[in-house]
Amino acid sequence: MPKITLIEFNGQDHTIDAEPGKSLMQNAIDNMVPGIDADCGGACACGTCHCFVDEPWRESTGDVDAMEEAMLGMRPDRADNSRLSCQIQVSEAMDGMVVHLPEFQM
Amino acid sequence: MNQAIQLPDPWSMPLEQIDVSDTRLYEQDAWRPYFARLREEAPVHYRSESPFGPFWSVSRFEDIVAVDSNPQDFSSEPTIIIGDLGDDIPFEMFIAMDPPKHDVQRRAVQPVVAPQNLAQLEGLIRSRVTDILDNLPLDEEFDWVERVSINLTTQMLATLFDFPFEERSKLTYWSDIAAAAPEMTGGDVSREERVAGLTECLETFTRIWHERKGREEGFDLISLLQRDPHTADMVDRPMEFLGNLALLIVGGNDTTRNSITGGVLALNQNPAEYHKLRADHSLIPNMVSEIIRWQTPLAHMRRTAARDLEFHGQQIKKGDKVVMWYISGNRDETVIDRADEFIIDRPNARKHVSFGFGVHRCMGNRLAEMQLRILWEEIMQRFSFVEVVGATERVESNFVRGYTKLPVKLHAL
Repeated sequence: MPKITLIEFNGQDHTIDAEPGKSLMQNAIDNMVPGIDADCGGACACGTCHCFVDEPWRESTGDVDAMEEAMLGMRPDRADNSRLSCQIQVSEAMDGMVVHLPEFQM
Repeated sequence: MNQAIQLPDPWSMPLEQIDVSDTRLYEQDAWRPYFARLREEAPVHYRSESPFGPFWSVSRFEDIVAVDSNPQDFSSEPTIIIGDLGDDIPFEMFIAMDPPKHDVQRRAVQPVVAPQNLAQLEGLIRSRVTDILDNLPLDEEFDWVERVSINLTTQMLATLFDFPFEERSKLTYWSDIAAAAPEMTGGDVSREERVAGLTECLETFTRIWHERKGREEGFDLISLLQRDPHTADMVDRPMEFLGNLALLIVGGNDTTRNSITGGVLALNQNPAEYHKLRADHSLIPNMVSEIIRWQTPLAHMRRTAARDLEFHGQQIKKGDKVVMWYISGNRDETVIDRADEFIIDRPNARKHVSFGFGVHRCMGNRLAEMQLRILWEEIMQRFSFVEVVGATERVESNFVRGYTKLPVKLHAL
């Protein structure tokens, strides 16, 4: 299982054994990582699972589609490496991936 | 209350005759079984005639998420309420715009309710809450809606607009009339009153705009609109300016106001939950989400089909009204366990449809949650029981789900 490290805004890090095939959001929730709300349960419809994917792994997480782009566009803290973690499907290629969590979800 | 005509039996009446736009369902708090039947038998339901014209109803949780996240097929233009805006005041507001115009206008005002800004507001909100609660009488009946719900949310709104504090009751009044015309949502504000009130609103804010012009600091909504190049000249487009003012006034006022009242009512109707709260104040943040679900302060949002399409086997035509009933999605038993019950330690309490989904999702949701959280933290420091001691009066509307009166009596710790 790929190991993924999620780092909260305050610097607290959480390394999880992620389950491939599930979303990064679901993996984070299953491992009780704080900082992801996921109010809509993974429908790319609320924007509360926002995260920042560190550069070396951006390619492995795939492209941002139009709907995700629209939701990310509403985030005041949107960055180039912004993603909705419900739209990232975990794969073996993400072993070692580092993801930063935002100061807030809204 | 108009109870002269009895409401039809929800389970035996012909399905096609069910009209969930009937404001009596909300005024009499009788809406639950009608939606239960729609969710079960007709999740995409057509009503061919109503005071608001023909419309489709979407009542299940998952379908609401789907419609709300599909602005290509389900447009927010020309308006997001079941009725029509009419020609008196042709509002333009970003909640009733599709991308990309929507995105540009929303981005201009969103920073005011971003959590970084809210952290700075927390102390101010707490001091105002404290002040309001410390001035309430003990063991004596008073109206919670007026003394607490309206008072607190109006103070907050005045702060967000940096509006003259002593004139803040005007904001409450404008909020109450903005969407309350009979043809819009079944309200009872006359055409003349509404036009006069909103004209005054526009004049007042136009004056404030010009007085404030050039100010470089300040995170109030007017200053933010002025500093963003996309909205810097909004004052020159009066209907767009007024529309967005009305949106921010209603959005920042009515919804939180009615959730503040609704929470007191829900706890009184569910004494075991009140008991849980007294035993463990750390349940407050979760309870806040549950209150917002249980109350569902906006009963619906409307979309308009942008093309002919099929949904749940129904043929929806371009131009048809499609109404998402948030009030029903929040009671969908297939997604929310014991959905009709108020459970303050409910798991996944954040999973509700009250804020909507997609690009129009509620912008001020964190501010609303923060106000409710602080209010309940301070209530629990002072009172053992906010007791409902008289009949509740409800707003006559199929849009704003709210209260005009809630008589209560406070008991000391």
